[in-house]
Amino acid sequence: MTVTDTLRGEVALRNLSKSYSLNGQVLQVLRHLDLDIRGGESLAIVGPSGCGKTTLLRLLAGLEAPDGGQVLIDGQAVTGVGTERAVIFQEPRLLPWLTVLDNVSFGLDLRGLSRDEARGRAMRYIRLVGLGGFETAFPRQLSGGMAQRVGIARALAIQPEILLLDEPFGALDAMTKLTMQEELTRIWQEEGVTMVLVTHDLEEAIFLADRVLVMSRDRAEPPRLISNDLPRPRDRSHRDFVDMRRQLMAQFGLH
Amino acid sequence: MSIETLDTPRPRKGTASRPSVLPLLRSRLGWLASRYGLVAGFLILWQLSGPLGWVSPAVFPPLDKIFAALWQGLSSGALVDDIGISLQRAGIAFAAAVGLGIPLGLLMGQLPPVERALDPILQLFRQTSALALYPVFILLLGLGEASKVFVIFWATLFPILLATIGGVQEVDRKLIEMARSYGAGHLAIFRRVVLPASVPAIFVGLRLSATTALLLLIAAEMIGANKGLGFQVMNAQYNFQIPLMFAAIFLLAFLGLAANALLVALQRRLCRWSVADR
Repeated sequence: MTVTDTLRGEVALRNLSKSYSLNGQVLQVLRHLDLDIRGGESLAIVGPSGCGKTTLLRLLAGLEAPDGGQVLIDGQAVTGVGTERAVIFQEPRLLPWLTVLDNVSFGLDLRGLSRDEARGRAMRYIRLVGLGGFETAFPRQLSGGMAQRVGIARALAIQPEILLLDEPFGALDAMTKLTMQEELTRIWQEEGVTMVLVTHDLEEAIFLADRVLVMSRDRAEPPRLISNDLPRPRDRSHRDFVDMRRQLMAQFGLH
Repeated sequence: MSIETLDTPRPRKGTASRPSVLPLLRSRLGWLASRYGLVAGFLILWQLSGPLGWVSPAVFPPLDKIFAALWQGLSSGALVDDIGISLQRAGIAFAAAVGLGIPLGLLMGQLPPVERALDPILQLFRQTSALALYPVFILLLGLGEASKVFVIFWATLFPILLATIGGVQEVDRKLIEMARSYGAGHLAIFRRVVLPASVPAIFVGLRLSATTALLLLIAAEMIGANKGLGFQVMNAQYNFQIPLMFAAIFLLAFLGLAANALLVALQRRLCRWSVADR
């Protein structure tokens, strides 16, 4: 793993609460959640749909505000979106009228980088995600996996401290998904970013994460943290990996 | 004779280029025939039906007569003047509709309170036929150019306006959220996401409006005009100059096709990213 400044990309959740009102009913999604994520760590959040894992990620991204408590990034309270964080969504969300190069430059253009500087940096990340040669292609010409890589390159190009991934490979086919998980591991190790990954795929969580936060739909039950010390590169068919999966599945009463 | 020998040209020694050119030519001809065959058939039928006595040549003059009238009108400059004045009327009205419709549509699409306030009155205006209002416009603006341009403007405004509002409102919320997550403010989101995403929908409105503009142009010119292609159609019919009447009608059809082709070309240029529809 790359040596990183341990302070960079440190996330702390303090007494975090969030509820929604749905048809006049108040739905408490997060209740007094405390959590520390180390800089450069890879944390996966798993749980059934409706458990609040995506809400937690959106709070981290600053796309939504908590009802109570705080999200601290490197000791600073989050008040909205910030350029030290980048979100990778389930869909690539590319702008269809821009080329791959311009899509990857999107965040850099917004920050007022000069055109040359932005394109230069974007090219570097296009190559990093293995799409060198596709920079002039339009999104509709790309496969699902390629489009998602562009989305990842766009997020990395702003050189965030924290990468927030919301079921990033959920819409991809099984083979592409496995390749992308390996790619993401490589990128994470090269870039030394903190990674928070929401997923409903337990194997994905074990393959990518240092720790797994298990959330339950039963809100009375507090989320649990499970460390994952399996050596990298991880082997999906290794005994320990399978054991880990069994342990995680047991958390949901599955076998 | 078997079908096979008809369809496959046999390659001969020393003429390597022939087998490759012939199928190409054949496929191009096939494409042309499938695309324009019906139009050609229609025109041939038209040309022949008069001399063969199927229709009265006085009502449906053969095409050569029509083109002779067209050529005479164009070379003497009479029809050129008509084209000029017609294009001017439709052009000013269309430009005004674009100039008002697109900005207003963008505003209404972006700001729900403005849309809520303006929508009922716009629906009322839109549902009132522009032709029914033409006498009102004549009363207000007189029988000159102003009322003609205004009635065309009125009818062309709504397709552009409504298409623009629809385009803005249908922008993918997820793209807007993506832009927001990268720190884009309202203005940046509008400029970099909403505006480009609305362009295809706006073009649908523009093409609809261009067609409407020509439609209303003719109607306006048939009432109280002494120049223009619409006037020429009417006038030629009164004077029983049937070839000239058809010549003016053909010109109008051609103008419609040209306007559409121009907009399609522009759309292709601006929206290379989306699959251009015809």
